[in-house]
Amino acid sequence: MSAIRIWKRPPFIKRAWLRWSLTIGGSLFLLVAIGTMDVNWQRVAAGVPRAERFISSFFPPDFASKSSDIWEGIFESLWMTVVSTVIGILLSIPIGLGAARNLAPRPIYLFFRGVLAVSRTFPEIIIALFAVKLFGFGPFAGIIALSIGSIGFYGKLLAEDIEDMDPVQAEAVKSTGSSWLQWLNYSVQPQVTPRMIGLAMYRFDINFRESAVLGIVGAGGIGATLLTTFDRYEFSSSASILLIIIGIVMAVEYSSGYIRKWVQ
Amino acid sequence: MPNEQQAKIKIWQRRDRGHQLTIWACQFIGVAIFVYCWQLVSDNTIWMFVTDAPHQANDMFERMLPPKWEYMDVLWRPIWDTVIIATLGTLMAVVFAFPIAFLAARNTTPSTAFVRPFALFIIVSSRSINSLLWALMLVTILGPGVFAGVLAIGFRSIGFCAKLLYEAIEEIDETQVEAVTATGAKGSQVLNYGIVPQILPAFAGISVFRWDINIRESAILGLVGAGGIGLQLSSSIDTVSWTQVSLILLVILVTVILSEWVSAKIRHSII
Repeated sequence: MSAIRIWKRPPFIKRAWLRWSLTIGGSLFLLVAIGTMDVNWQRVAAGVPRAERFISSFFPPDFASKSSDIWEGIFESLWMTVVSTVIGILLSIPIGLGAARNLAPRPIYLFFRGVLAVSRTFPEIIIALFAVKLFGFGPFAGIIALSIGSIGFYGKLLAEDIEDMDPVQAEAVKSTGSSWLQWLNYSVQPQVTPRMIGLAMYRFDINFRESAVLGIVGAGGIGATLLTTFDRYEFSSSASILLIIIGIVMAVEYSSGYIRKWVQ
Repeated sequence: MPNEQQAKIKIWQRRDRGHQLTIWACQFIGVAIFVYCWQLVSDNTIWMFVTDAPHQANDMFERMLPPKWEYMDVLWRPIWDTVIIATLGTLMAVVFAFPIAFLAARNTTPSTAFVRPFALFIIVSSRSINSLLWALMLVTILGPGVFAGVLAIGFRSIGFCAKLLYEAIEEIDETQVEAVTATGAKGSQVLNYGIVPQILPAFAGISVFRWDINIRESAILGLVGAGGIGLQLSSSIDTVSWTQVSLILLVILVTVILSEWVSAKIRHSII
């Protein structure tokens, strides 16, 4: 024991055996993972000049040469987003009510929780893949996929928000002798509305981002235009599409923050 | 309380007239936009296909059963690739997100005027572009394969992790930082002993949460050729081998549920 004892900060994981086994296991996994990942370095090296060309095409991006295609695609993405967000939210309101433990009887609760779990499991793009097979190519398939995704997202959050609400207010309204609908309208709805409007904006944002990729499987939106520009190596047009997407997402995000503040 | 005189009896109303009219106006505009968009949808849809869909769905479902179990032998490798893509991608994102988050947080950034907007721009552009679009770009540049997938997942996750992390940094307890500063610590020591211990749990939670999301995302990257199980999915659909498709869907379902369970367990033990 030396004369001076120096303080050392406690480790993040307190149990020593767990810390060591996690470190060793983690590094082993990493080694194996990197070892089994076969990278074709020649192909990667060949990509460097192409990457340079791609990056240089952002300065300046070419908005002009395919502008009618681009704007048509962006517009399609936007109205797909509007329709699918509205349909998804309208459908998720009854589902969310059914999936709230404090509103619904047990069997109904379990059934709607199941519905939500199923619609949340698969990514929108896989649903779109099947929707394209069923409904044919075009934006309708994309709308179906986005709506299902919205139901899973919004329904779950709505149900959780209803479960977290203040039961005192609900009881007070009930004690006035209100009907079930009145009770829902005057005690449950005012408590969840502000947060739910914010989440609706957030879901709109997500749906727009997703609608930008649905075109890859043929479900409409700007993705199809983007895919074509990549396939033809027209990087300057792809750069302009990406910049427009970033711009719209930023605009939606800022305005949703503003609307949320205004509502609350 | 907004009241309204109605036939000499005062009836309670939830809102006063102006407020109610504003709400009605907003609702009217909303409905009008929706109707207009629905019109566009209807113009772009061939309704014959839609009405035929239930029949088609039934047909597809029948051809999917039973799943072709022996195809599993082929699938182990893609499953492994999917996990690798998600894990290495998350790791890469975490490594880059950590410094970016410090540059973006209002209380730790070296300069609010120059560095912070730049860091925020990196975060926004990484978040706005879907991982599938990143993959599409990287496959065009680097060629198909797992490597492009790892980079795609990494680029997409940087913004996500950095955003949540910088919000956590902005919410830290300043008194602890002050206490460490009062001992005469240097800037790097303040960072190391005053700030990092406070955000470490959030950091670990965010990484695991993103890893869980990335498992889902890497399962579909194969659709554009960036490795993982999506490659088998798209080729099975293209060759209409529906029994393979149903098996792949089952595998994705199980993987997603497992990863969600693991991530929930880890986050639970951290918090």
